[in-house]
Parts: sequence; C-alpha cells; structure tokens
Amino acid sequence: MSVVFVLIIIGILVASVFLFAFIWAVRNGQFDDSYTPSVRILFDDPVSSKENQSDLTEDKSQKKQSIKS
Amino acid sequence: MFYLQKSNQQLKAQLLKNDHQTCIHCGDDCGPAPIIWNNKPFCCQGCQTVYQLLNENQMDQYYSIQAAPGIKLNTDQIPSDDKFAYLDLEEIRNGLLDFSDGGVSKVRFFIPTIHCASCIWLLENLHTLHRGVIQSSVNFPKKEVSITFRDDEITLRQLVELLASIHYLPEISQQSMEKPEKGKTNKTLLAKIGIAGFGFLNTMLYHFPQYMPGSEHLETDFRLTFGWLSFLLSIPVLIYCASDYFLTAWKSLRKKMISIDLPIAIGLVTLFLQSTYEVASDQGIGYFDSMTGLVFFMLIGKWYQSITYEALTFERDYKSYFPVAVTKVTPEGNTTIALNELKAGDRILVRNQELIPTDATIEKGHASIDYSFVTGESIPVAKNTGDFVFAGGRQMGSAIELLVQKEVEQSYLTQLWNQDKKKADDKSAMSGIMDKVSQYFTLVIISIALSAGIYWNFADSSKALFAFTSVLIIACPCALALTIPFTFGTTMRQFGRKGFYLKNTAVIEKLYRIKTVVFDKTGTITHAQSSKIEFRGEKLSDEQTRLIKSLVFHSTHPLSKAIYESIPEPVSYEVSNFKEIPSLGITGLVNGKKINIGSQYFVTGDQSSAKELKTQVWVFIENKTLGYFQFENNYREGLAKTIANLQTSYELHLISGDNESERLNLLPLFQDHARLNFNQSPTDKLNYIKNLQQNGEDALMIGDGLNDAGALNESKVGLVVADNIYNFTPACDAILQAEKFASLHRFIQFTKTSMRIVWLSFLISFLYNIVGISFAVQGNLSPIIAAILMPLSSVTVVAFATFSVNFMVKRKQL
Repeated sequence: MSVVFVLIIIGILVASVFLFAFIWAVRNGQFDDSYTPSVRILFDDPVSSKENQSDLTEDKSQKKQSIKS
Repeated sequence: MFYLQKSNQQLKAQLLKNDHQTCIHCGDDCGPAPIIWNNKPFCCQGCQTVYQLLNENQMDQYYSIQAAPGIKLNTDQIPSDDKFAYLDLEEIRNGLLDFSDGGVSKVRFFIPTIHCASCIWLLENLHTLHRGVIQSSVNFPKKEVSITFRDDEITLRQLVELLASIHYLPEISQQSMEKPEKGKTNKTLLAKIGIAGFGFLNTMLYHFPQYMPGSEHLETDFRLTFGWLSFLLSIPVLIYCASDYFLTAWKSLRKKMISIDLPIAIGLVTLFLQSTYEVASDQGIGYFDSMTGLVFFMLIGKWYQSITYEALTFERDYKSYFPVAVTKVTPEGNTTIALNELKAGDRILVRNQELIPTDATIEKGHASIDYSFVTGESIPVAKNTGDFVFAGGRQMGSAIELLVQKEVEQSYLTQLWNQDKKKADDKSAMSGIMDKVSQYFTLVIISIALSAGIYWNFADSSKALFAFTSVLIIACPCALALTIPFTFGTTMRQFGRKGFYLKNTAVIEKLYRIKTVVFDKTGTITHAQSSKIEFRGEKLSDEQTRLIKSLVFHSTHPLSKAIYESIPEPVSYEVSNFKEIPSLGITGLVNGKKINIGSQYFVTGDQSSAKELKTQVWVFIENKTLGYFQFENNYREGLAKTIANLQTSYELHLISGDNESERLNLLPLFQDHARLNFNQSPTDKLNYIKNLQQNGEDALMIGDGLNDAGALNESKVGLVVADNIYNFTPACDAILQAEKFASLHRFIQFTKTSMRIVWLSFLISFLYNIVGISFAVQGNLSPIIAAILMPLSSVTVVAFATFSVNFMVKRKQL
C-alpha cells in the first residue's frame, strides 16, 4: 500500500511544477495580452523573393476592382 | 473586446458612385487624378511615400495581410521637420524611456491608429526599416507598441520620426511621461487564482476517498496523511489568496460597517479552524476542500469583474491632452523647452494643429482656434493680434506667436480640472445593495448560529460547538458574493460589444439609481463634426456644386470639409491658383472660373451678418455672389425617440454653453422652459449638477468636452459621447460611441433588468443557504454535504446570472 504514498509525492511534485510554470508565465507578462499572439502566429515567415509578394498585392488590387464594379 | 476591424473596403466601395480608383495604401477615393507609382493608384503623396518606402524595403506583405491597411494623414497632420525636436531634450527622453542602460533603450508608445493585423505585422518588423531597432512588439488591446533600440544607431527622436514616416503617429503627452505600473494588480490576482486552484484540486483529491462508500475502512495512516497534506495546502490559500477578504472585512469593521467580506472572512476562518481541529483530533479530515474551493471561485469572480477596456482611459486629466514641450521664441532664435518650464511672460510659437498649452495673448499672426476638445464646438473661432486665448484650443492654419499670461498650472483649463476632486474617495461610501443585503445577512446568520449553539448546549452539549460552527461554515456567502461580479460583469461585456463602455461594474448600479438626466448640447446631442448645411441664395446648378466641391477638396478647414461631404457629386475639376487665406476663406481657379468661398467679409466685403448666431460660408463664382451655406446644429439620429423614451421615467435637463438660438428647436423635446439652460459656463454646469443632487436626486450627466469635465465629475454617473472612443475624452464613468446614441435609453433601462437578475440570484443563493442551514442546525453537516452544496450553489448562481443577462440582451434587442 505504501506505493500510494510515493504516488502522492510524485503527484504533488508534478502539480507544483505546473503551478510554478503558471506563476512564471504570469510574472513574465504572458497573460498581459491575450489577443495579439493569436494574430502574430498567422504571419508568414519573411519571404525573400520579391515577385512572390507583388503577385499577392496584384491579386488584392484586382479583387478591389471587382468589389467596386 | 477589440477584435480586428473587418476591412471597410466594401463600405467605401459602395460610397464611391463614380469610377475613381481606390488608394492601394488607405483605400480612399483617389479623385480624378490619382498619383500613380509602380502602376498603382494613390490618393495622395503621403500614401504613395509610405508605399514606396515599404516597397523599397521588401515589406509589401503589409498590403497582403489586409487590403488597404494604411493610415491616411491629411496634409495638416503630417508633422513638420522639427515637430519632434523636443525628444532630443534629456529630461523628456528620460521621462519617456522605460529603461535605458546607455547602449540599449526600451520605450512604449500609445498609437491609437493601430487597427488591424497588418499594423501588428509592420510595427513588429520595424527592424527591417532601421537596423537600430532591435525588437518591437505590439499589444493590440492596449494599442501599444514597445520598442527596444540601440542608442548609438537611432535616437528617440529618429525612432518617432520613423514611426511618423509610416504614418503611425505615437501619442506623446504629459501623461506618457509618468508611467503608471498598471498590470501589477492583475498579475497578483492571476497568481492567487493559480495557487488557490492548485490547493483546491489537490485537497479535493485527498478528500475524495472519504466520500466513497466504505470509507470507514480506510487505514488511519491514509486519513492522517491526507488530512495533514490538505492542512498544509490550505495554509497558503487562506493566508495569501484570501488575504484581501480579511483586509477589507477589517477595514469596513473599523468604519463600523458590515460588508459582504465579513461573513466570508468568518466563514473561511471557521472552516479552517474546525477542519484543523478535526484532523488534529483524528475525527475526520475536515472541510479543507470546501474552503479552498470557495476561495478559488470567489477569486475567479473577482477576475471576471476586473477585466476592463485597456485601450480606453476613463481617468484622463488635462495632462494626457497637453504636449510635453513647446517652442519658445527668444531673441537668439527658437528653442524647445519642456512644458513645465514655461513661465508667464515667455513668448511661444504654436504651429498649425498644435495645442495652446496655457492662457495667453496673441502677439503675431492670425489665429483660428478649434475649441472642440473644450466645448464640443468644432467650428474654429477667429482671433486677432492682442486677443486673449484660453488653453486647450488647437490652432488651425499658419503658426502664431503667443505671449504667455499664466503658467500651465494656473490656466483656466487646469483650474477647471482641479476644482473638484472629491468623487475619488466617495467610492467606499456607496457600494449599494450588496452592503445592505450583507448587513442583514450577517446579523441573521450570527443569530441563527448562536441560537443553534445555545439550543444544543441544553439538548446535547457535545454537539453545541459543532452546530454553531457549521452554521457559520455553510452560510459563507460565496454564491452571494459571486452574484454581482457575474451579473454586472456580463452586462458590462454586453454593453461593450454594443458600443457602450463602462469604467467598472459599479457604474451599472449607479445608473440604475439615476433619477435625472442632464444633457450638454454641442457635440453631445448634436454632431460634433457634421452640421446640417443648407444653401441660401440662388439655386445652384449641378455644374456649380461640382465647381464648389472641387475647390473645397483642397482645403483642410473643417467648414470646407463639411461642405465637401455635403455634396454628393464627385470632384470633377483640377484647381489652379489655389490659395487659403487664414480665417477668411479660400480662392482658386476651377475649370477656368474664379471661385471665392469664405466669410461674408471675404466674399462680399460686407460685414452685416457678422453678428448672426449661425455660421455662414459665402460663395462667389466668376462674377457674382450666389449666396451662402448656412450651418445648423445637426441633431444626432434618434434623438427625439431617445428623449421621448427617457422622458417617461427620468427628469431631463439641458445645459449648454451656447447661445439661445436653438431654444425653440429643443423646447418640444424637453417640454419645460426652466429645464433648458443656455450660456452656461463650466462652473455653472458644475453647480447646476450640485444643486440637482442636493435634493437627493442622482444625476446622470451626458457631455463630451472639457467644459463638461466638472459636471461629469460631480454627477453620480458621468457619461461621455465620443465619435472616436480612442480620442481624448474627459474623465468619466462611461463612454458611449456616438453612433450608438439612439440606443442610450435602452442601455439605461437595461440596468433595471440587470438589477432584477441580481435579486433573483440572491434568492437562489438564499434557498441554498436555507437547505444548508437546515442541516447545520441539526448538527448533521458532514464534509460531503458541504463539499457538494457549496460549489453547487456557486455554480448555479454563476450560470443563472450569465445566462439570463445574455438571454435578456437578446430578448430586448439591446
């Protein structure tokens, strides 16, 4: 039965790790802004090829034309 | 709360009735002659410059995340070369920087124009534009960007100029110099919730075996271990997490008041002592799970209530409005000095779009001063050399020189602000119904506990103490304490979603108690920016209106803009020889025809209508004067309906700083002559509110400008109507988006519904209490009953409050 005591101790230790991780995250300011990171993650990595980019903007402007008409 | 705005491209496209192209950068109409660069159309030089800059740095992605994300700056908004010269001043630099170690500095800017994903992307990639920037990150809800940069590669001034060059103008004011440590309390609360949750979940685990059938066969070793572990875990919960409840209970006791925190504190302490006794005497393992659970739930309630609108400020004072530095004119040339070094007798230079920081007289130049922040009236006032000007006006037009009469601290505006500060500390005096309820509640609970104790003392003295403590335990008003945070918190969120922002949840109860509603006129019930424009004189042909529109298109004067917007036809002609004469008018050749538009004196040479109460703009085309545009107050949509609705349950008043020209128009709405007050100074307004409230009637003041600041502060609830909620608003309790003005009465009336929900939630929590107490007085309160009943009551109340507020909002179509 004494194995239960070992499990309890392990349980507390694991839970404490999470508690300290949470407190560290709070102190670190990770809960200050719960919105911006959700947008940030969607940004592409910097694309170096320039043509790729101007193609995209080209598309946009065409779309705009179609909205207008 | 502040989700990214959907591209307003479609809306703008609908507005364009012509086949003009839209600007790639900002999405505006490009007019008949767009600027073409790289085969793309732009509405103005400014937009094109930003595009070019980004294009040359391979940052076109800005335009692909969101269509037309750019910010358009009007010519008068583009900062002059030395506008940011003050940022080179050592003391201002030190005030603004968050951190600096000589090599690397960190600064935070508030940029109200941050509005979309592209903004975030661009501002976080500033390092591509300048290698001096190490890192930048955006806090979107706060509309803030914090930038780390190398001092030897870029100065603070260059950094701000870099932001200005991509049209993200940071708002730098006196207030940005004093950085308040804001997020601190929120962080502590979150940490407390974490610890309480940790304690709650673990103790629950240890208590669980006790609740199972056959628990009596559990070995003593286990029971002892679980009991003492729970005891250890609940110590930090009681001492750290619940410390606020003890503090406030103690504070209000010292003021001879009973707040809801007192029964909570008693309940928690009794729970802890009773459980410790049970564990120590090996009778059981106590109620530690219920205790930690209570604290955990109540902290969550606190957190739910504390969420606020971070980008809005309800506490602004004149400091957030004033510049940090002014240009001083000395015989040796112009120097920049910090605002607080300004002395009476100094000569200062105020350029176009700059603010007059203190009371002064005009030394040189034509002033045309927009006092809209002060009075709500956006049509500029013309002033000449020698005239006295008050602080708070914004100069429109060419630069003027002023002779300072008073130091900033003594100016009219600052005095106005400082005259009444008493509201800040009356908060503790009124927290309303919760306090009243908890007074009776506490007394009733204590007397039940005592009588149960006394009864058992005679019937079965072994049970006496237990009966006494268990009444205190089970009656711990957790559910009661959660009612207000969740009912009002949900109401506040729903209001925010509809464009009505409250400072905190207490405002809802104050709104509920309102008996009188006082309106300001200009900018509050009338549109601040647009007026009703009517042309008087010869009937204008389509051709003539097109000519007029083409000419006013080039002027940035508010009256020109208003005329521009009132004419639906597109801009059709090029203008040559355009000239703007400050405080008089504009002139130019359109399609070969000479056009003058401006004051009567400018257009006709006659000054007969100068005393006219209403604003007029005269028009001259080719060889004759055609007539004038008359500007009238344009009342907000739905005003009549809103007033009629409010009239049924509130006493309505109007106090305006304006002349009486609108009295007859407003009389049918307000019905009573005595309640319409014109020519009121800011101090009159304040006293008016004071008098009203002296008769015991809580007043709601609805205003918009600094001249209402005193009245807004004095009234029980100060509400500000704002066209742009991120712009300057005086200190207040609530901000209403101007386009939601027609729903005002629905918001106010909904507070009654919220209050009814609060009463119902109280009822539910009392029912649970009666059930619990019926166990407790019999001396039968076992840990399992407490462990089920207490969380259950909290969850029921929270679910009921949130659900019914959301349901009622839908049903009443708020």
